[in-house]
Amino acid sequence: MAKGLLGIEPLERSEIEEVLTRAEAFQWHGQGPFQKLTTCAGRMVVNLFYENSTRTRSSFEIAARRLGADTLSITASGSSVSKGESLVDTLNTLVAMHPSAIVMRHAASGAPHFLARHLTTPIVNAGDGMHEHPTQALLDARTILDRLGRLEGLRVAIIGDILHSRVARSNIHLLSKFGSEVVLCGPPALAPAELAQIAPGVSLENDIREAVREADVVMMLRVQLERIHEPSMPAGEYFRFYGLRLEHLELARPEAIVMHPGPINRGREISSEVADSQRSMILNQVENGIAVRMAVLERVLLQ
Amino acid sequence: MSKLLIRGGRVICPASGHDAVGDVLITDGVIAGVGPHLEVSGAEVIDATGLVVAPGFIDIHVHLREPGFEHAETIETGARAAAAGGFTTVCCMPNTKPVNDSATVTSYIIEKARKHAVVEVFPIGAITKGSAGEEMASIGSMVAAGAVAISDDGRPVMNSRVMRRAMETARGLDIPVIDHCEDLNLSAGGDMHECVESVRLGLGGIPSAAEDVMVARDIILAEMTGARYHVAHISTKNAVAMVAFAKQKGLRVTSEVTQHHIALHTGFMKPYDSNYKMKPPLRCGHDVEAVIDGVVSGAVDCLATDHAPHAGDDKMQEFEKCPFGIIGLETAVGVSLEVLVHSGRISLPRLVALYTSEPARVMGWTGERERGTLRAGVKANVTVFHPEYPWTYDVTKSESKSRNSPFSGRTFQGGPIATIVGGEVVWRAAGF
Repeated sequence: MAKGLLGIEPLERSEIEEVLTRAEAFQWHGQGPFQKLTTCAGRMVVNLFYENSTRTRSSFEIAARRLGADTLSITASGSSVSKGESLVDTLNTLVAMHPSAIVMRHAASGAPHFLARHLTTPIVNAGDGMHEHPTQALLDARTILDRLGRLEGLRVAIIGDILHSRVARSNIHLLSKFGSEVVLCGPPALAPAELAQIAPGVSLENDIREAVREADVVMMLRVQLERIHEPSMPAGEYFRFYGLRLEHLELARPEAIVMHPGPINRGREISSEVADSQRSMILNQVENGIAVRMAVLERVLLQ
Repeated sequence: MSKLLIRGGRVICPASGHDAVGDVLITDGVIAGVGPHLEVSGAEVIDATGLVVAPGFIDIHVHLREPGFEHAETIETGARAAAAGGFTTVCCMPNTKPVNDSATVTSYIIEKARKHAVVEVFPIGAITKGSAGEEMASIGSMVAAGAVAISDDGRPVMNSRVMRRAMETARGLDIPVIDHCEDLNLSAGGDMHECVESVRLGLGGIPSAAEDVMVARDIILAEMTGARYHVAHISTKNAVAMVAFAKQKGLRVTSEVTQHHIALHTGFMKPYDSNYKMKPPLRCGHDVEAVIDGVVSGAVDCLATDHAPHAGDDKMQEFEKCPFGIIGLETAVGVSLEVLVHSGRISLPRLVALYTSEPARVMGWTGERERGTLRAGVKANVTVFHPEYPWTYDVTKSESKSRNSPFSGRTFQGGPIATIVGGEVVWRAAGF
């Protein structure tokens, strides 16, 4: 993470460990209001969101403020972007205001990578298209560590639309770097065989029951049934074969946890019983989002 | 009477099987003769010692962007880039604005070229009106006005019945149908070749099948109609195999490959760099090998650049928003020397054939339009090139209006030295 944070794939395992360790210090343990820090006072973080986002954007904002930094949030609708300004022009305009870092979400894979080649301001990728969502993988890793105490030697099932998921890609890279086994499961059109080759230790499984069997972690992905170029799939069909239900969890390891990047679609990819169960880490993930993003921003802002 | 003597070069004319050191004499814009030592008085002399003297190179697949997209290229600048690449003759695709789907646009291009182009420009007409794939364009009128082939390049005809009719029409006019083979449903949403890399980068994939399916359909229709059918920018292993099969069956099927599809595969791509974004996309290593094998075996008939200029700001966007295509005229000879000749895959005379006699054969040029030969009496188009001198391509100095090349900064062994069109030296390398 020499400059910004574009993805998990280029990171060293040690860099990931540093962030996760630092994030632990930022976790809130429920004793009184969070003490606002001043370590990043005077720094400005621009949140530039070209896609709608509630949790990621607010999480980055809270993280920056808790570090004492100033934040400015821009969403594509209602800004010059909606007036047809190009990505490069928008970014150049923002850079002229001398932000310390730009947190960016964009629907196009590689948009932050493209910009990073042309800008000197560090860019933190808050999700690019179908490519990566590095802070999500970091907060997921923090959540796994909190509950299971390790990232090594786990069996992690990732279930759903893997092909279009940036969350899946970042998690695959992260878990693979720690030597965990990643089992991917989804409708064949959304879980192509090539995925098994993007990192070591990744395999594909057709049957959700086999994917979940002996798993330490089950990560569910949000379903987007309608894709512009794809023939649509009936919703009921999806839940029947790839929706996570309590009966599946009986196949997983006794201490197994269930994760979901949100927002969840109850009855589509996950049953309410699972989402609300003791195994569900969904709200812990949201909470860890702030701590991990503080660690990431601190690293970027104070380098 | 104007005379130009190109002296002492290695004269390679595959059309006549000639390959020997000697002289080429041009009189009044026409090839007067080729011989070991021509004695001529009063001729301007070009010393070609150590150089190769060949028939003018032909590129049957370029985009000159005029009319309509003059910010990216004009007939004038595209022709200059062609000359700088050693080409004397180019065929321009009809995806202009308006689309070249009528004699009016065809005539406009020819007239513009006559006034402003330093090389010969032969327009290719559209298959369908507006290249929309539905109604037939005025193919006969365009051919009468000077169009040399038909193609809906970039927006392939999806309707097989329309394609059948186009082939029947083209057969009647004895022109080739050139198809950009892409099943638009299979390729929809794709920005690069579908493979591990596209999955890793989170980019939409264009599967090889998108090309293969169309090549298969077209070959079947070519057999049915007896048309001359040419596969543009072939890029997959299956497509090469199918073309080879069609040739074996005796069908009038030909194909071309671009320089970038023999030089680059997905492993060369810089992530999200639109200078590596084109259609068909850069394929995998095994496809590149198969296409090169096709060049060696003859399944692939000729080389073509698919020179596709795009203005800088169009290529300075999110990868998925960037238009497809790269420029290629100026690097063609350097790239193909490196990949095909210096590697030992084909001989130098064979490479010359791929740029001269072969494209002329694909297009079926005879009579007044006879090209790709140094036969006496033919229009004096000549390409002089060095087979191995080192030079480095700097796209910022390109004659093209656009800068979208993945080859900038690359050093090549050998490249064009002088380009002669109708006896006129229209371009000369600095220092020669």
